Amino acid sequence: MSNQQDGLVRYKGSDRLNHWLIAVLFTLAALGGLAMFHPSMFFLSELFGGGSLNRVLHPFIGSSMFVLFVLIFFKFWHHNVLTANDRKWLGQIGDVLNKKHDRLPEVGRYNGGQKAAFWVMVVTMILLVVSGLAFWRPYFSHYFSVDVTRVAALVHAVSAWVLILTIITHVYAALWVKGTIGAMWTGVVSRAWARKHHPGWFKEVTGGK
Amino acid sequence: MAIQALQVVAQSATTMTPPASAAKTVHVAKLIDISSCIGCKACQVACMEWNETRPVIGDTDGTYDNPVELGANAWTVMKFNEIENAQGGIDWLIRKDGCMHCEDPGCLKACPSPGAIVKLDNGIVDFNSDKCIGCGYCVAGCPFDVPRISQTTNKATKCTLCSDRVSVGQEPACVKACPTQALTFGPKDDRIKYANERIKDLNGRGYDKASLYNPQGVGGTHVMYVLPHGDKPTAYNGLPADPKISSTVGLWKGIMKPIALLTMAATVFAGVIHYAIKGPDTVDEDHDDSKKS
Repeated sequence: MSNQQDGLVRYKGSDRLNHWLIAVLFTLAALGGLAMFHPSMFFLSELFGGGSLNRVLHPFIGSSMFVLFVLIFFKFWHHNVLTANDRKWLGQIGDVLNKKHDRLPEVGRYNGGQKAAFWVMVVTMILLVVSGLAFWRPYFSHYFSVDVTRVAALVHAVSAWVLILTIITHVYAALWVKGTIGAMWTGVVSRAWARKHHPGWFKEVTGGK
Repeated sequence: MAIQALQVVAQSATTMTPPASAAKTVHVAKLIDISSCIGCKACQVACMEWNETRPVIGDTDGTYDNPVELGANAWTVMKFNEIENAQGGIDWLIRKDGCMHCEDPGCLKACPSPGAIVKLDNGIVDFNSDKCIGCGYCVAGCPFDVPRISQTTNKATKCTLCSDRVSVGQEPACVKACPTQALTFGPKDDRIKYANERIKDLNGRGYDKASLYNPQGVGGTHVMYVLPHGDKPTAYNGLPADPKISSTVGLWKGIMKPIALLTMAATVFAGVIHYAIKGPDTVDEDHDDSKKS
């Protein structure tokens, strides 16, 4: 880790590339999926060349996102283990939203909200891939009975809904907490940002200096 | 049947009010009187001829079922089942499988593509290939496991009740070909009256439980059966006793749709409101004492 005066390295280039590829694939999967979920969103299939092509592309987009997310998972899961401090932080979500940082327990590399979002993403993406297989035509659907397909379609829709809500929150948090987008754009955060939002991590990488 | 112009009264993925004149349209029905069926499969052949479907020649499974089940090119299939009767003998049950043309069609409810599935004012449920995206949601929606997705065109297919023939006053091809009048077609009310006569006749011949199969769980159907063993429809190759659109499909295609979109919009709005009221969470660089060292 860098100890340069002008900032701290938070994400390597490969992590940033992976993050943004997933972001693009998620956006495409969500838009295409919403087109097939709600009639009022059906027009979104035009972005993908029409209803049929959207139906063809959607599972490939979603699966690609999942494969890339698996890489993130193995790299970052150990940073996201929820601790008692994180639960306390989540319990004080009102203070978080009111910017009462002094009242919050010390945050490490990730706060409780980020960790919770990570695990929601892990669970929903697994559910999405598994349920999606059951009605991926023409490749896999014939291995499943109609009953399984029905449940899978519901699980897929509910998981996607939860994931989309989580990602909206994830994006909002990044927009709201200034200095955060830069972490994923340039990989570098200011020392002040780290000290304020992730003091535990700041101490860890700087040795408390 | 008089010639009637067919009007659409319901479309997949579309909120619409049926035209007022549609209320006056005579509902049609095909009645399949199983007690008169000899299993000759003339209906299957006529269906293939009229609709120009040619299933690939497959393998026998050791029964008379040929092809073994419905397919993208087999919109009606005769299913043969044997059951032991009260006298210790064997009853040979034959059922003509195919689309039931539900009054409340599960396929139409599940379909995400506007207009790909339509219900006509006479009760026929028809697929519109031009708008079909091949997702197979109709397969999940159907309580009778009828629709099939073509491996060559990736479009959903099923019996149309020969909507093209019916619209010009003809009966469906299968009905035309039936040599025993096990298949009859006409106004639904008339078919129910005729079915009741048949049931009375069957009752007099020892089939006490004979009944009309017009399941109300899907609002009634426009293809109905006279079942000699009306108490056990499932004996007829798994004809569901009380078919309904699955509650799973009901959730997925019902309450979940508005709730999901509303909560997504609400989350975005909550963000906008929070940002507007509380302002961004900024870092005051002056307070970074590391800069001083």
